Amino acid sequence: MAHFEKAHSLEEWLDQRLAIKTLRRVLAEEYWIPKNINFLWAMGMVLAFTFGILVVSGIFLLMYYQPNVDLAFDSVNYTIMQEVEFGWLWRHMHAVAASVVFLIIYIHMFTGIYYGSYKKGRELIWISGMLLFVSFSAEAFSGYMLPWGQMSYWAGMVITNLFSLGSLELNGLVEWIRGDYVPGQAFLTRFFMLHVFLLPLVIMALIGLHFGTLRIPHVNNQDGEEIDFDEEAKKYLAGKTKEAKVIRFANDFLSKDMFVVSIFLIFYFYLVFWHFDFAMDPINFDPADGLKTPPHIYPEWYFLWSYEILRPFPKDPGLVAFGFAQVIFFLLPFLDKSPNVAPASRRGIFAVWFWVLLLDMIVLTVMGKLPPQGIYSTIGLVAAVVFIALWILLPFITKKEKAV
Amino acid sequence: MADSSRRDFMGKVFGGWAALGGLGALYAAKKTWDPLPSVKAAGFTKVDLSAAEPNVLNVEKWRGKPIFILKKTPEMVAKQSEEETARDVVVGKDHFLVCIGLCTHLGCIPAYRPDRHDFKCACHGGEFDVSGINTLPPPPSPMVIPPFKIEGTTIVLGEEGPEYKKMKEAGVIA
Ligand code: FES
Repeated sequence: MAHFEKAHSLEEWLDQRLAIKTLRRVLAEEYWIPKNINFLWAMGMVLAFTFGILVVSGIFLLMYYQPNVDLAFDSVNYTIMQEVEFGWLWRHMHAVAASVVFLIIYIHMFTGIYYGSYKKGRELIWISGMLLFVSFSAEAFSGYMLPWGQMSYWAGMVITNLFSLGSLELNGLVEWIRGDYVPGQAFLTRFFMLHVFLLPLVIMALIGLHFGTLRIPHVNNQDGEEIDFDEEAKKYLAGKTKEAKVIRFANDFLSKDMFVVSIFLIFYFYLVFWHFDFAMDPINFDPADGLKTPPHIYPEWYFLWSYEILRPFPKDPGLVAFGFAQVIFFLLPFLDKSPNVAPASRRGIFAVWFWVLLLDMIVLTVMGKLPPQGIYSTIGLVAAVVFIALWILLPFITKKEKAV
Repeated sequence: MADSSRRDFMGKVFGGWAALGGLGALYAAKKTWDPLPSVKAAGFTKVDLSAAEPNVLNVEKWRGKPIFILKKTPEMVAKQSEEETARDVVVGKDHFLVCIGLCTHLGCIPAYRPDRHDFKCACHGGEFDVSGINTLPPPPSPMVIPPFKIEGTTIVLGEEGPEYKKMKEAGVIA
């Protein structure tokens, strides 16, 4: 056994048993962050914080929610909203956080694309981030089912129907996923389990992985500059903090992170108290009814772009396009053939690619919300084709790129 | 050497057992997710057709799904093509449309338009004629005819009667 001495403080006592000083040094004090990064790099911390809010508010909701097809709707819309003191607060916090978390994820993703933070050495950061995006999507979808309103039911119907895989008509598979011929009790309890246990667990594990993937390649910076972190860290530790290109993660960079988080929280609580309804679909305030479809089915805003890619095509090609949209972002590090790690603005035609992609996804989002008729269908179709074309073009565009 | 081969052997035996156990667990998990017997048993519905009014859509519930039952007027029947008539459920002299009222695109419920004698799916704009055949994309196929059996003027949903089997043989039902 190791040798233990009498500790003079709790910290020392713990340090002898848990090595907390080493841990703090490795994870916080000597985890080096480049100096030239802007507020967009704080989105990771904003996301971690929002996830925390979701977990805590979710725990409070869980204490009164009833995962039963006859009770679920009232347990949310009556018990939690009317009877439980401050129940409305947890619900609005949960619903708004679930929505804005996607806004921040998209900003985080597009920051990564803009600055080339997925390039050589950082592929796993990108891939683990995309896995997080997918699990957050599943988490959001399963949560959307729980109030058992009309949109919950019909979104569940439509999305599970996708698993019949078009003309393959795998209806047995769909019934197996639902545990019923239509979304029913088995379906609700299943998604309840996914939402409150399995998926949060997966998300937490992936957050751990995502942080882990950062430790060796280190975080990218505004110029895409390759920094010798050991060298710069030495300078910093030698007291030449002005010269060094890096700072400590804690508490130096963390203070900036938390500053951005606090600005974000102002925006977030403004929504929670005054505009919580933006995160809620009015149709979901009707209880689920299997014999009545809402006239117009659409998902939450953050899924609209991929939904719109599915919609304008015939069934099978639509599914293929939809599948394409789901996986293609994963391949970004391998489709971008250019060696440059630099902001898009310095990468010539890639800058055009970036802004067209962003605009195209906004157009898809808007069209996804509008009814699929006339000119909207046409615009949607064009935007969907542009989306696919952009990704096919990417390797060719970036191959020709000159080194900067 | 003898030692390491003994460890190899133990490793292989363990691997074999683990694979077997894993398969068993997978099978159990698959079965756990299957619809419950009570869900399956509730899968029959009887509907009396004698009270049906022509050109008025009745919606019944079977296995949680809406079932469209529409009595056609003689004029509607006269105008139909052979393909359409082949899908009719005939009780006495009356022709009925009987189908699962879910759009074959993504499963929304199309609305009946009695003046135009067709169904419109508001979700993505699909259309079906009065025999449930898709006439305007995106729906890729006609609305599904559920298994049925005719007993006098009642129709039993969930059971395959001779009329249903005949339709199946004729290739009307996939
Ligand atoms: S669900 Fe009917 S057209 Fe899409």
